[in-house]
Amino acid sequence: MTTKAQAVLDWVDARFPLTSSIKGHLTEYYAPKNFNFWYFFGSLALLVLVIQIVTGIFLVMHYKPDAALNASGIPAAFASVEYIMRDVPGGWIIRYLHSTGASAFFVVVYLHMFRGLLYGSYRKPRELIWVFGTLIFLALMAEAFMGYLLPWGQMSFWGAQVIVNLFSAIPVIGPDLSIVIRGDFVVSDATLNRFFSFHVIAVPLILIGLVVAHIVALHEVGSNNPDGVEIKKKKGADGHPLDGIPFHPYYTVKDIVGVVGFLIVFSFIVFFAPEGGGYFLEYNNFIPADPLKTPPHIAPVWYFTPFYSLLRAMVWPLFGLDAKFWGVVAMGAGVVILAFLPWLDRSPVKSIRYRGPIYKSLLTLFVIAFGILGFLGTKPPSYAFFGVIPGAPVAQLFSLYYFLFFITMPWWSKMDKCKPEPERVTG
Amino acid sequence: MKKLLTALLFTPLMALANGPELHLDKAPISTEPAALQNGAKLFVNYCLNCHGASYMRYNRLQQIGLSEQMIKDNLMFTADKIGEPMRIAMQRDEAKAWFGAAPPDLTVISRSRASEFGSGADWLYTYLRSFYRDDKRPTGWNNKVFENVGMPHVLYELQGEPTAKINEHDDGHGGKSKEIEIEAPAKPGKMTAEEYDHAVADLVSYLVWMGEPMAETRKSIGTAVIAFLGLLFVLSYLLKKNYWRDVH
Repeated sequence: MTTKAQAVLDWVDARFPLTSSIKGHLTEYYAPKNFNFWYFFGSLALLVLVIQIVTGIFLVMHYKPDAALNASGIPAAFASVEYIMRDVPGGWIIRYLHSTGASAFFVVVYLHMFRGLLYGSYRKPRELIWVFGTLIFLALMAEAFMGYLLPWGQMSFWGAQVIVNLFSAIPVIGPDLSIVIRGDFVVSDATLNRFFSFHVIAVPLILIGLVVAHIVALHEVGSNNPDGVEIKKKKGADGHPLDGIPFHPYYTVKDIVGVVGFLIVFSFIVFFAPEGGGYFLEYNNFIPADPLKTPPHIAPVWYFTPFYSLLRAMVWPLFGLDAKFWGVVAMGAGVVILAFLPWLDRSPVKSIRYRGPIYKSLLTLFVIAFGILGFLGTKPPSYAFFGVIPGAPVAQLFSLYYFLFFITMPWWSKMDKCKPEPERVTG
Repeated sequence: MKKLLTALLFTPLMALANGPELHLDKAPISTEPAALQNGAKLFVNYCLNCHGASYMRYNRLQQIGLSEQMIKDNLMFTADKIGEPMRIAMQRDEAKAWFGAAPPDLTVISRSRASEFGSGADWLYTYLRSFYRDDKRPTGWNNKVFENVGMPHVLYELQGEPTAKINEHDDGHGGKSKEIEIEAPAKPGKMTAEEYDHAVADLVSYLVWMGEPMAETRKSIGTAVIAFLGLLFVLSYLLKKNYWRDVH
């Protein structure tokens, strides 16, 4: 570096921790050298967050959160989305990036969370990282739910109607709470405007704050790895972990490969199948919202369907409270229970590589259960597999398993026959 | 025999459990300018009186090979300026009184009609070929795909007047199931059955094009984007490999 540039850098460093931050988070942040495929999804989640924010900024320039009908009898919000799709130069690509980005976000985050389950990334000392992560997931669900109302199509409207109505099942405060959320007695212009405000400002602020906390906590304790051993325990003469390599340049160049690989899949959807077979952009949502016409089948977008199945599984009133209330409890608990994972898992090892057959089989079953709950959530309750096996009891069975997996974990995770962890990472 | 019995046993169950099955014909749609232009002509003449296409501007028709003058002379009946969207003069509240429901805007109709039974184009293609005479309906028309639809058969002068044989039988659960069998018009319209199918295919092609006029651009950009990313993937992989040489 020239002396002049060095002088400028020194001037900044005396006033702001620039060089030390770059060192602490990139060039001298030592990450385990044995990251595999599953470790791409953290940086990819960050990439999708950036895609959503940048495309969102441009969408807001032409989108109008207005439920009033225009001269042709179309709600202004719906018409403004089509205006973006047709009359704004490049608008369609921005909109498809944003709508595909929403689904991509959940794909990436679900895989990122599954990585945590595989390698015990939530275990001590990374409990807070995991708790921040579940809060991110919760914020993401709120963000996606409110964003989905904005195009003001039939599914936007009726999906919001169904979900907001759920809150009215909460005893005592429920009915008033749902009115506060809607800002009206029905989903209306007031709802659209407040959801717009939350989607564009409030939730993204929370989301970014939580992402920063998530990463700061990660860099404080250091990354886990597929072997689940602490690389900080074995340090070389230079004080750096023997199995660690600086994040930059090693993982920056590696993550670029992941980013490009992701972008290939992502672009394929954006350019060749933006509707995602009716899962990313639901067909019914190309019909403007009509409060007088209830669609025969209202299904949430695919990323909510496993939790929607948990909700629908509760069909019995208990303790004098409506079944609907217990459904809401089940759905909420389904997300919140994730946060307790660090304290439910009592296994002597972290990684699935050294766990015994109990964890391996129960986790496999958990993935199957989650997938089937997700599938059934897209179908009406009357759905039957091959027309013969009724879906509703299957969903109830797997919902029960979903919770049992977590609740009984303290016992079976201890019982499992684990293999000894190695001293160093195995590559 | 056993297989057949099992099949017979389960088929009605399947229908019961998963809602009514909808049989749609595969729409032979095209992206050729000639088909789209013919579709645009049919659309403007037969649809754009009751249905608007309020996000679709007339000048976008240049994309399917028409000049501004051609659009003005042949297709613009209710608009003055070429940049105006395809609006209609009919008032929505009046339309509702006349038909029972205001006719929907058709700009993105092909996208909204897709379902597990087929694409939006398949639905529209089948629907426009499934009208039949029904004296019980106020318009005198009914439709096999969209039962008791408010819309009359506006293309009947082309197709003629199909009739239908309706077989009702008990479904064994106290209800009645209805089977509608459409019969060819006794007196054909201006077109033969084959010509009519072809005309409907053109009209549906136009509706699909209008639903997303940039669809072809989207795909061609996509090919370039993916080719670029493929190259970038190779280069980034080589870069990674080079950096990681000394990691063991």
